[in-house]
Amino acid sequence: MKALMFGWEFPPHILGGLGTASYGLTKGMAMQGDMEITFVIPKPWGDEDQSFLKIIGANSTPIVWHDVQWDAVKSRYEHYMNPKDYFDLRNHIYADFRYIHTNDIGCVEFSGRYPQNILEETNNYSIVAGVIARTYDFDIIHAHDWLTYPAGLHAKSITGKPLVIHVHATEFDRSGGKPNPTVYNIEKDGMDHCDHIVCVSNLTRRTVIENYNQPPEKVTTVHNAVDPLDPEIESIERLSGVAEKVVTFLGRITMQKGPEFFVDAATQVLKNTKHIRFVMAGSGDMMNQMIRLVADRGIADKFHFTGFLRGKQVYEMLKSSDVYVMPSVSEPFGISPLEAMQCGVPSIISYQSGCAEILENVIKTDYWDVEAMADAIYSICTYPTMSDYLKTEGKKEVDNIKWEDAGLKIRKIYDNLVH
Amino acid sequence: MKTICIYFQIHQPFRLKRYRFFNIGKDHYYYDDFSNEDILQQIAQKSFIPANRLLLDLINQYQGKFKVAFSISGVALEQLEVYAPEVIDGLRELSRTGHVEILGETYAHSLSSLVDPEEFAEQVKFHSNKIKLLFGQEPKTFRNTELIYSDEIGEMIYKLGFDKVLTEGAKHILGWKSPNYVYQSETQPNLKILMKNSKFSDDIAFRFSNYNWSEYPLTADKFVSWITNTPENENVINLFMNYETLGNIQAAYTGIFEFMKALPRFAIDKGIKFGTPADILGKYKPVGSITVPNPISWADEERDLSAWLGNSLQKGAFDTLYSIGERVRMSNNRRLKQDWNYLQTSDHFYYMSTKHFSDGAVHSQFSPYSTPYDAFNNYMNVLSDFIGRVKSEYPDSVDNEELNSLLITIQNQGLEIKKLQAELKSITDANAEKFIEKAKVNKKETVKQ
Repeated sequence: MKALMFGWEFPPHILGGLGTASYGLTKGMAMQGDMEITFVIPKPWGDEDQSFLKIIGANSTPIVWHDVQWDAVKSRYEHYMNPKDYFDLRNHIYADFRYIHTNDIGCVEFSGRYPQNILEETNNYSIVAGVIARTYDFDIIHAHDWLTYPAGLHAKSITGKPLVIHVHATEFDRSGGKPNPTVYNIEKDGMDHCDHIVCVSNLTRRTVIENYNQPPEKVTTVHNAVDPLDPEIESIERLSGVAEKVVTFLGRITMQKGPEFFVDAATQVLKNTKHIRFVMAGSGDMMNQMIRLVADRGIADKFHFTGFLRGKQVYEMLKSSDVYVMPSVSEPFGISPLEAMQCGVPSIISYQSGCAEILENVIKTDYWDVEAMADAIYSICTYPTMSDYLKTEGKKEVDNIKWEDAGLKIRKIYDNLVH
Repeated sequence: MKTICIYFQIHQPFRLKRYRFFNIGKDHYYYDDFSNEDILQQIAQKSFIPANRLLLDLINQYQGKFKVAFSISGVALEQLEVYAPEVIDGLRELSRTGHVEILGETYAHSLSSLVDPEEFAEQVKFHSNKIKLLFGQEPKTFRNTELIYSDEIGEMIYKLGFDKVLTEGAKHILGWKSPNYVYQSETQPNLKILMKNSKFSDDIAFRFSNYNWSEYPLTADKFVSWITNTPENENVINLFMNYETLGNIQAAYTGIFEFMKALPRFAIDKGIKFGTPADILGKYKPVGSITVPNPISWADEERDLSAWLGNSLQKGAFDTLYSIGERVRMSNNRRLKQDWNYLQTSDHFYYMSTKHFSDGAVHSQFSPYSTPYDAFNNYMNVLSDFIGRVKSEYPDSVDNEELNSLLITIQNQGLEIKKLQAELKSITDANAEKFIEKAKVNKKETVKQ
């Protein structure tokens, strides 16, 4: 079975959970032995792990024919792509795209992030997809999140192969129920014209069925999983030098993640205790508002902000925490509590997160139920039996949630579509 | 007869280094030595050293007809001592001429006058001692941090032994009155007040090199003619500014040094004198009284405290800081006291200002942080560590009052022990005498037998 996947992020250069999920899922599927995955991302950096799949950079796929020497391509792309691919792709340019801005070897430059002109990038990405779909041989197309839906649809229309759409998040989650119509239309278009929809949680599945009017039999839930920790990360020591217990919020500080509920809970806890500190790690458009809120509440000496954390710093923060809190207002899945549990950190999550559907050894509250959240934080920080139980049982539980199983579920969907 | 009163302020904060959450509890050194040294040395080279030389020349040349005053914060003195001791030497030389007055202020350049009278008093005394030690003169006139003044602060200052004070000639306080007179405090009539002439001061400090200003270029001749043209009985012109105006804020190429050099010549030609605040306030009688119910300062358009305590970040940090003041004063740990001083410096709060639109430009220009939020986070992390150290000095469960009485007991235990020992000795001595007498009697009796 050969799959052509369209993604937007791939580790180690990731901006959100999408990259982590793409990596875990493809790795889990690669364990099936007969899976061959070609993964397209806008901008490879060259340090991606290509041992189990092949990565194609949209920024190294020509859409305008240029007479280029082998050596020139080799020196530029050698670190992540066989130069032969470039020439294969060049032979499949299907139209005159000279009106698009390209570089000296006929490729479009992608930022690989979420820039202001994101719609233009997704459009260029789908043009590039046309070249890629004509070049390679595959049985099925798999597109991750709305940015790549147009590319998936384009590849389907050229080759007639079935298209699976993987919904990691919907515009309803990101916007708090006030979707951007352009984005909504792209999502709806992709869902309407694909062959099957995969959602990361029942919560998302419901959104897709109700808000995008999809027939329920077309939509399947495949919960995300988590990759086992590196021994290097496993061996990170607790870094924080404070004597108090550390309660951590880790993620983008945006409306979707419910940071203000975390501050509210912290205020309640700090009113009555002296042995707890709070940390809000990450950055986002609500960060400054949260800093002001913390200052207003007069808890700033026990409530800290770290700013954006990358790579290893995330695990350093988790390893230094005693409680992890994710009060998301609407979270399609949310891998980070699973990562916290891997690090042996008891977690508190909201019922409104997709991962709440599969996790047992965590404390669940409604995101708005600040008192319950404060209560749970206090209990975990105060009663060692409780935190020990959540620590060991949580780790055991999360170690059994494997991408391999998720991969098998996806495979079943593929098998039904490919005849 | 008019008198010009020039006073220069010298202050530099101990800037904090990037202090992460993970540093809390582990790393107790908070300062960015590299940038502190770098900035201070640059300012010394560009401004303080040449300006010291210029002022000394002028004082020598005019034989006491030219006078200036300085206000130097304790934290600035500490940095100068370490990074640019030649500036201190220059200031000492100036002080020795007898025509330079050094003013009193808070050691840490702090805002303690607003919330913590005890801390304020302690800092003022600490600063006076430092000035006496370095310059051999006792401050007679007081200048609070950033010229912050209110009736209440005036009262505190008077109780600390100062009867002269400098402040801002804020328009909303003066109303129709002119800053060019000596005033007295409404609530404490013995306290005499000099008010900054904002127009003339800012002409030099801010507008001097501004090409868009209609009066550009400003010459000493023109400036003195403006002063002579003020109403005849207005007798004091107060030019209060940052010492860095000479050479740093107004770079040397703008001609600021030449302007300063020419100023006394033109002024003396026109019969204008120079005086220090102590001279002037000692000589002139107040023409009226001033009442300041809410604190004023010399910052921004509003001339109030909004540059330091204008938003919730600043207030939050400020309240947290002063909530532990009492505990710090009970401690004898010298490093703790030092950090306590450095953390009180008003600049830390200034960096958190969010007044972006009108004067925010001035704020961000001096800030080592990219945003006020950054400044707040970093400061609060440092403060958290500091609070942890303060609390580890004495158990948190004992309240301040009880702790104080216990500490007094401990402090006096030496005396107490000595007293008790003396008592014990006198008793044992008395007993011993008795014992000996008794023994003698016993002996006699045995001998008899």
